[in-house]
Amino acid sequence: MDSLRAKIIPVTTILLGIVVAWYVLAVFMNAPFQRDLDRRGNVTSGTIEFIGKTLSQPKPIVPAPHQVAENVFENTFLRKITSNRSLVYHAGITLASTMMGFAFGTALGILIAVGIVHVLALDRSLMPWIIASQTIPILAIAPMIIVVLAAIGITGLLPKALISTYLSFFPVAVGMVKGLRSPEIMHLDLMHTYNASAWQTFWKLRVPASVPFLFASMKVAIAASLVGAIVGELPTGAVAGIGAKLLNASYFSNTIDMWAALVAGSVVALLLVGLVGFAGRIVDRSMGARPA
Amino acid sequence: MSGFKFSWQAIAAAVLLIGALFTLPIVEAGADAPAPSLLIAATIAALLFCAIVFDGSRLAAGVRACFLFVAAHLAVFMLMSEIAGKNGSARAAFFLLLAACWLLAWRCVTLLSSLRPANRTAKTALRLLIPAIFGAWILIIWEAVTRGAGIPFILLPPPSAIGARIANSLPVLAADVNQTIFKAVIAGYVLGCGAGFVTAILADRISFLRKGLLPIGNMVSALPIIGVAPIMVMWFGFGWESKAAVVVIMTFFPMLVNTVAGLQASGHMERDLMRTYASNYWQTLLKLRLPAAAPFIFNALKINSTLALIGAIVAEFFGTPVVGMGFRISTEVGRMNIDMVWAEIAVAALAGSVFYGVIALVERAATFWHPSVRGGRA
Repeated sequence: MDSLRAKIIPVTTILLGIVVAWYVLAVFMNAPFQRDLDRRGNVTSGTIEFIGKTLSQPKPIVPAPHQVAENVFENTFLRKITSNRSLVYHAGITLASTMMGFAFGTALGILIAVGIVHVLALDRSLMPWIIASQTIPILAIAPMIIVVLAAIGITGLLPKALISTYLSFFPVAVGMVKGLRSPEIMHLDLMHTYNASAWQTFWKLRVPASVPFLFASMKVAIAASLVGAIVGELPTGAVAGIGAKLLNASYFSNTIDMWAALVAGSVVALLLVGLVGFAGRIVDRSMGARPA
Repeated sequence: MSGFKFSWQAIAAAVLLIGALFTLPIVEAGADAPAPSLLIAATIAALLFCAIVFDGSRLAAGVRACFLFVAAHLAVFMLMSEIAGKNGSARAAFFLLLAACWLLAWRCVTLLSSLRPANRTAKTALRLLIPAIFGAWILIIWEAVTRGAGIPFILLPPPSAIGARIANSLPVLAADVNQTIFKAVIAGYVLGCGAGFVTAILADRISFLRKGLLPIGNMVSALPIIGVAPIMVMWFGFGWESKAAVVVIMTFFPMLVNTVAGLQASGHMERDLMRTYASNYWQTLLKLRLPAAAPFIFNALKINSTLALIGAIVAEFFGTPVVGMGFRISTEVGRMNIDMVWAEIAVAALAGSVFYGVIALVERAATFWHPSVRGGRA
């Protein structure tokens, strides 16, 4: 009951508000075109009828929520998965490169973090560059990476995955450095009194201590990875994937398709983040973490 | 050899050096090029040998680091001048010597990181020098490998060519920066951060709004918002306004979430103190809660500086007037002018770093009281 009042009611109210505002915006933005259409067709329609028409244009400037929902439903559940118009098909393509990039990025991030924690020279020289690397708008060079790799015969998943890797290694690296350094001096001293080697301290103290940090940063990383995959599909005439669908729809002014692709991307993002969070909770529990 | 103690980098460098001596000359003798001189190769080898021996000696770490620094960079400079104008003619010796130089530079960085200078200026200088050496070596290896192995220009141009391209096309780059950064990014950034800030204050005042907006804001941060770019281009046209709109949407939510979190950062004791002063809501907000929220707000400003740049550039892929960084990148890729693309990226990276750096400096000045700035512990 408490969570109902504290969370669900305010969130639903604001979501409802957004939907209502969206409808108003749709009517308002689509009205000029509809008025034009009516004048040419010599049709006079009442207010209610007119509003109904603005909300059911085939290529509106702002598609109404129900049009988008209809499109998403139709392209998700009513089409064959192998069909070129199926959102599941496109989401699957994007998901594949997202996961690949995420796996690479997480591995790279952990590797860098381990290096930084254990080698002083790396800590001093690499850390500033890792931070600087993220001030570079890497998405801007996504098209080039893809074209260049295509020129030497690497096409398909890998180039897109590389962009995802670049975006996702950073949160993992930063989070893991923090996590591997999170054991207190007391605990490190205890390991010292046990005459533990650096290897043993690493596996028995540092790694378990870093697990919560790892999952927190993996949540950020997988969202970034999805953005990388989508943008990687944008500029190079990729034929499939959520980004490609977005670009195609924008070429043909297919606004409803465009919004549907966006919704699909958002759903995938929420599922992925939820999945990582869920995995994190399971690992936490199996490692005997007490709820804080 | 009782007085000598060698690091593993020095030993590996020595092995590479010996390997290089057996695979001389450094570059292939071309048909028209003069035969490569053994003198330079010998000088490089001698220099590296001296560095290795010097490194093993018992001198102070700082002195050894200085000598290694000079020797490694002088040697690599000579290597590069040897390969100049003879792209793709490098033999095994070239790469072995390059690796040896790199190992010695690494040894130099290791020595430098172990230094514990007493005065502050030396400490700061060291903190800048170590990453600078690392960055320089990325460029050196990039240049050496692209030139030495003769990697085709359209795959990966060497940094020197990119630098030359930047110098040659300054007016074009300036126009792009003006269009993308000074028009779209700045306008969108100010609007987005401002709107996020005001909404956060409102949400803080009305707790119903906060409870509703915060979960949504957190959820939105996981979404690929960049996808609204084509929609914005459709609504606001090809000009900079549509890019600014994308930037507004991208920067709004991080600012909102961080500011709301920051406004709750002030402690109960401090708020109670303000109450005993009989200060009203606005006084508490201005004198206590906003200053306490400053670190969070600056954090959002920093995150947004990168997001804004990305948003504006990617939005330009969907349609622009014939100027702008994103436009230039996508067209020059199509024309296979890869060096121009890299030039644009270098400028974007520079702009991004400057943007971030300026905010970080303002943050240091504005939140001088915060433990992370004072250098103490929280």
